[in-house]
Amino acid sequence: MRDVAVISFSQLLVDKAEANDAELVMPVVREALGRAGLQKQDIGFTCSGSSDFLTGMPFSFVGALDAVGPWPPIEESHVEMDGAWALYEAWVRLQHGDIDTALVYAFGRSTLGPIEDILALQLDPYYEAPMWPDATSLAALQARALLDSGRLSDSDKKKATAEPPKIVDGAAAVVLASGDRARKLCSRPAFISGIDHRIESHLLGVRDLSHSVSTEIAAKHAGCFEKSPTFAELHAPYSAQELILCDALKLDKQVTINPSGGAQNNNAVMVAGLIRIGEAATRVSNREADCALAHASSGPCLQQNLICMLEARA
Amino acid sequence: MSDAVKLFKAPIRLEYTIPAGRATSRFCRGLASGRLYGQRCPECKKVNVPPRGACPTCGVPTEEEVLLPDSGTITTFCIINIAFAAQALELPYACASILLDGADSTLFHLIQEVPVAEIRMGMRVRAVWAENKLASLEAIRHFKPTGEPDALASIEGHF
Amino acid sequence: MSDVLTAPYVLEYTYKRSTGPIIGRFFSALRDRRIEGVRCKSGRVLVPPQECDPETGESLSEFVSVGPAGVVTTWAWEADPRPKHPLQTPFAWALIKLDGADTALLSVVDVPTESTMKSGLRVRPRWRAERIGEMRDIECFEVAT
Repeated sequence: MRDVAVISFSQLLVDKAEANDAELVMPVVREALGRAGLQKQDIGFTCSGSSDFLTGMPFSFVGALDAVGPWPPIEESHVEMDGAWALYEAWVRLQHGDIDTALVYAFGRSTLGPIEDILALQLDPYYEAPMWPDATSLAALQARALLDSGRLSDSDKKKATAEPPKIVDGAAAVVLASGDRARKLCSRPAFISGIDHRIESHLLGVRDLSHSVSTEIAAKHAGCFEKSPTFAELHAPYSAQELILCDALKLDKQVTINPSGGAQNNNAVMVAGLIRIGEAATRVSNREADCALAHASSGPCLQQNLICMLEARA
Repeated sequence: MSDAVKLFKAPIRLEYTIPAGRATSRFCRGLASGRLYGQRCPECKKVNVPPRGACPTCGVPTEEEVLLPDSGTITTFCIINIAFAAQALELPYACASILLDGADSTLFHLIQEVPVAEIRMGMRVRAVWAENKLASLEAIRHFKPTGEPDALASIEGHF
Repeated sequence: MSDVLTAPYVLEYTYKRSTGPIIGRFFSALRDRRIEGVRCKSGRVLVPPQECDPETGESLSEFVSVGPAGVVTTWAWEADPRPKHPLQTPFAWALIKLDGADTALLSVVDVPTESTMKSGLRVRPRWRAERIGEMRDIECFEVAT
């Protein structure tokens, strides 16, 4: 595998955006590029993550591209997912070896529409979506399953709740660079020592909601269990989900969870996962940690999980 | 005994409140007062209309507002001959990309007050404003030919 | 006051979804007030039925009757139903494992108060009077007496 590192990060969270998508994305893209000392023509590949349903406008991600100046045409891709999965695609693209840099960004104006109805559209369209269950009710089903599992200590039982997260608008950008290029552009790049993502069934009733099997497998393949992260940034909009993730990742009390504050107080839908990676990388780059773990989630009740291990290298 | 189920209805209805963004809001407020504003890119100096707050070429914020005349040249057009559900105009009618004088990107609008067969690339047109101007492109009812000579050379590179 | 204009915007899709043979048969059975699952080679019975075994990917076609009663495996109280929800008075979302099934079905339980709900509660379906062959032919579940 080719060494790839996060060399810069920028995020912008607002209670309610007045900007259009391009206006929202531009400040973070410019800041992330500026911190990396790069200009748009220096970027080999651009990849974004967002959901058109948040604004109700099909192909809205195309308009957001104005923020990066895609003319003459750039090499670009988009995932209809949290930006953490766009980062995964960019990491894969960098493995090809012909380019050295990639720009990843995510944006979400989650406050424009009925977010609970919008999130219901990611459910199974035959058996689940017709009842329009909201994400918070489904997270509460998961919290109850965890409580009923009998695995929790009394103190953890108090945390096994599904209080709805605060939904905000936002954008984030990350610049990735390979090996020597990363070292040249950044005094302490946060190298991705492992990254993997796994998905569970579409149908909630097929899953054991009290365990996150997909997180555990992704963590194993990302080499999480051979590392000792100082920090873990977990994308858990609900506190019960944080307990489930800590269990799956076998995180002990030595690991500081969500020093950034996590996604419970600032859930920028489609952005919060990429922010976890950016936050973890920043703590490696600014010497607070030699190793940090980032997790991103997508879908109802932690359906899909991505683990990204970040570390400093000599 | 009825037939096996093969289809079911799965309607989706979502209600949003969309903020137009800063650049589009300024553009729409201009339309309500009968003015067309573009934005000039600080790097490539091109004037984009409608403005989106970002230069699609350079990826930099565009702040400088440029008042544009309401005349321009048709760069390309299409004629609508087929009836459809939300059709509001009598068939056939034409839509065109219009390069406003002083702009570097095109605006999409209706062309009226001329037989569709006479509409052509390079044709000079001017906006016909609505009496009651909304803060939207509906403030312009349509564009109509000015009668000036065609200006094909001026639209080079804008097809 | 902000200079930014806002406008209401409605997105509406009048989708009709094709069911395929497995979901179509399940919906047809609901119309007749019956619930059917599909059996995997391992013997596990999936309810609602799926086209493929989630563990092996094998195509599935052996239908078995299940329920109609079952037990709540987990639940969540909905104090403030929205217009799109199946019931308009407070209810419980629940995953329900029907008798004879190995997986649980997402549905709602009509109970007067939250204190009635518990995991392990036995429930049975209440059928919609006019059934047309879709998930909401099960109006809700209610406590089985």
